Parts: sequence; structure tokens; C-alpha cells
Amino acid sequence: MSKVELTNGTASATEHKVQQITTRTDSREILANARRDIARYHLDDYFIVDVDAHHVEFDSWSEILDHLENPVLRHNAKSMTQNWPNAKQLAFSNHPVGMTFQDVFGRIPHQCELGEHVDKTDEHRDLTLVRRAMDSMGIKMQIVFPQPMLEMGLHPEPDIVTAMTFAYNRWFTKTILPREKRVKTLLCLPFHDPDACMKMIQEFGETPGVVGFMITSQRHAGVHKNMYMRVYKELEERGLPLAFHAGPTWGDTMTSTMNRFLGVHSMSFVTCNMTHMTNWIVNGLPERLPKLKVIWIESGLAWVPFMMQRLDHEYLMRQSDAPLLKRLPSEYIREMYFTTQPLEVTIPHMLEATFKAVNAETQLMYSSDWPHWDFDVPSRIAGIPFLSEQAKRNILGETARKLFHL
Amino acid sequence: MPATSQRVYVGASARVPEGGRLVVDVGDTTIGIFRFQGQLYAYLNTCAHQGGPVCQGKIIPRVTEVIDPGGESRGFAFDESSLHIVCPWHGFEYDIKTGVHPGRPSARLIRVAVDETSEGVYVTF
Ligand code: FES
Repeated sequence: MSKVELTNGTASATEHKVQQITTRTDSREILANARRDIARYHLDDYFIVDVDAHHVEFDSWSEILDHLENPVLRHNAKSMTQNWPNAKQLAFSNHPVGMTFQDVFGRIPHQCELGEHVDKTDEHRDLTLVRRAMDSMGIKMQIVFPQPMLEMGLHPEPDIVTAMTFAYNRWFTKTILPREKRVKTLLCLPFHDPDACMKMIQEFGETPGVVGFMITSQRHAGVHKNMYMRVYKELEERGLPLAFHAGPTWGDTMTSTMNRFLGVHSMSFVTCNMTHMTNWIVNGLPERLPKLKVIWIESGLAWVPFMMQRLDHEYLMRQSDAPLLKRLPSEYIREMYFTTQPLEVTIPHMLEATFKAVNAETQLMYSSDWPHWDFDVPSRIAGIPFLSEQAKRNILGETARKLFHL
Repeated sequence: MPATSQRVYVGASARVPEGGRLVVDVGDTTIGIFRFQGQLYAYLNTCAHQGGPVCQGKIIPRVTEVIDPGGESRGFAFDESSLHIVCPWHGFEYDIKTGVHPGRPSARLIRVAVDETSEGVYVTF
């Protein structure tokens, strides 16, 4: 819509060019108020690294399927996209029902789709969208993850998961990563298959822009099992961090009792990481892998003080259950890394205590989670009153710069 | 925003329809003007949560839940007597009449004075 002058007499107003934000609105318009905050919080003075953002690989699904190595699987997936009216962007994925509840039924349009206009050029559309978001929020570098690929941990067919994980990673490292130095990634591992994980690390461990690897946390797997040790050792030897990226499910025994997505999202985004952290600690993995850097992504932070207190409490009474530990569980947790989003801020003194508990100044890294419905802008961190200037700098980017050698 | 207040003409009355909105820029300030049950309300386009463009969000009646005399839920309903503006960044909802989040009174929009004459609608800020 063009600007309309509404002047009548002395003072003047112009009609704002976008009256209502929809799935078709340009991200620069959606994020215009974040751009305004760059000046307000002097964000240009910070080296801001966003450790968790997403591009929407739905739009490139067909290109990704082209990267399926096995010709039969490639045929099967492509024929699904051709013949099933709704499978163009979903063939072989594991898109569960609750994911379409995330936008609160039309209230948060950017969660559904970034359907804005992008001029057709040689540049990939997703890269244009990622740059628009970074520039609007004052972000210098972004670790970019996929979206539906994060749901693969609960896919019923493991061979499809392995094949799709390779296809997506090959597509992303070929199509997106080499074209923008500001974009980095932690590549998904096909975790159910340690051989495939090893192959993945060997294939991409030295690819520019790949700063580590990631396990999608929404899965039913004991991360302490012996079969995974060689994967962890390989990462440790290469000095590559391992991230656990949380996700929701409406299908586990507890969330299946829930009737509102609010409950499902609140709980399952956290319980998956709580489960993996528990197995990681009580099986002594921090002692067995002393140099492996572990990052917990997208569960917020409020769960961490709970885990510290709960595991310490139980450990002291049941030391024989966790004989590899030489210190309290909380002491190991305090050496792990966490991302900020979604930052739970409603009770300020608890937020402050949480930052202290996790050693935020050295272990916490800003993440936006854009374009998800509960994303956080960088001013979320810049505006926290109890943080020192150095703590803000570290959380907004310096800790990530060090950890990922950026 | 300017140190002294100014009264600015924003448009003819018809530009703010019943149940609708007009979002305008005055210098660097963006303001949303809403009309509900014949009354005009205006707010800065800055959400109390993370500063999102609240006035450009979805307009929708408040959702309620019907509880029968036995305490059992009879499901959702729209309360057409209460209209909400929903911030498109993360979904905070505000009552258009009060500018207040229904679950947290301290989360409120910044109100802008609005008036209407035979010429049209003015804001003062
Ligand atoms: S900024 Fe408005 S809901 Fe978050």
C-alpha cells in the first residue's frame, strides 16, 4: 500500500504502510521495532551472535529431496510430493499435529510462514530472509537450524531419518552455508545410528561454517549408552561442541494428557533436555569426556536451577548410583553452556538467581529463535538491569565467539 | 516524541471503522487508533512485552471458557463485548478499551489521547 497523506491544516500524519502484519509482510517491517532498538540499546557496539535461529526449509523441501542419495528413497519421496496434494513440503517429514498450533491460531503470523516478497535473483530466498532478520536485530552472526528436520527424532522409520539428515545437511552446506560468512550451523546428527553419526562428522567436521554438531532432543534414547561414546569421543578429539536442541511433542505419556498447547509447549520443550541432562550427569559423561563442550538449546533457563538442586539432593544420598562423579551434579552443570531463549523473565529476582546459578557471565549465550512465536530480540539481554556491561557483552556474543572460534 | 504535546489530524472518521483500526506515522512515532462500540482509543505501536508492533496485530474478541453450574467446562466462547488487539510478535493480548493485558494489569499499552470532530480524528501526544 502506498503512503497516503492525511494532512489537514497544521500538523500531519501519514498512514502507516502496513496496517496489519500477516504471513505476507516483509520481515523488515515485522522487525522494524527491533531495528529501532539497535540505536536505543547501542547494539551496534556489541558483537552479537545469535546461537539459535531457524530458516524454513519447507520452502526448499523439493531441493532437499533431490539430495537423497538412495535412488529408491528419492523416487518414493518425490512421487509423494507429486501425487499427494498436501505433501509438497512434507514428504518423508514427521510433522506432528501440535506444530500447527504454535502461531496461536493466526495471532502470530511469522510462526506460520515468512511469505514475503523476495526478488528472484541468484541468491537463495532463505538466505535473503536470514539476512533481513539479522540486519533488523543488529545480529552479526547467526547459527541457523532447520525446522521440520528437528522433528526427525520421533520419526518411525530410522533409515528415512538417516537418509533425510544427510540430504538436508548436504543441501544446506552446499546451498546456504558457502554464500554467507555470517551464517554458521551445528549440523544434525542421525543419532539413532552411531555409524551414520561418525560418517556425518567425517564428511562435515571440517566444512567451513560448521561449528559443531547437534542432537535433536525430542527422542526416546538414553544418551549415555555405550554405542554413542565413539561419537562423543570423535567430537571431543576434534574440539567440536555438541548441542542438544529441544523441541515439543504432544505424544509422550505426560503431554498426551494435556488439552492445551500452552501446557504441551511449556513442558515438553524442557523435559526432553531434562531427561538427557540427567542421563548425561548420572552416568558420569562429564568425567569421561572432560573436554567435550555441551550446549543446551531452546529450553529457556528456569529448569536449570531445578536440575541442579534436584540432582545434588539425590546424588548425596545415592552416590553409589553415580560412582563416576567426583563432584556435585550442579558443579558439572555449571560448566555446560546454555542459550537464553525463551528467557523466563516474569519474576526478576528468580531470573537473577538463575543467571548466578548457571554462571551466565561465562556459560550463557544469546539466542533469538527467530522466526518462532516465542523469539527474543537482543534488547532482552541488553535491558537486564543486574548484568554488568561485560556480562552483557559475553552473553550477547563474546562467549559464542570463543566457543565457536568465530 | 516531542517534549511538548501536539494535536495532529489523522484522517476522516470513516478511516477508523467500527471494530477496526488506523495505524499512522507522525514523525518517528507510530500510533494505532481503534474504534469499538462507537468509542475511539489510541496507543503507541510499542508492546509492553518486548516492544513489538502491537497495533499492527490481529483484532479479535476476547476468548472465554464456559463453565456450567456443576463446574464443568463447556468449551471456548468469544466474548463479543470485549475486543482485543494481539501483538504479532508473541501474542500478548490487550483489551482495546483499557490497553491492559487481561492476565497481568501491569502489562499495559501507552495510551495516546484521541478526539473526533466533524472534520475527523485527531491524536494528541
Ligand atoms: S513484543 Fe508484543 S507480545 Fe512480545
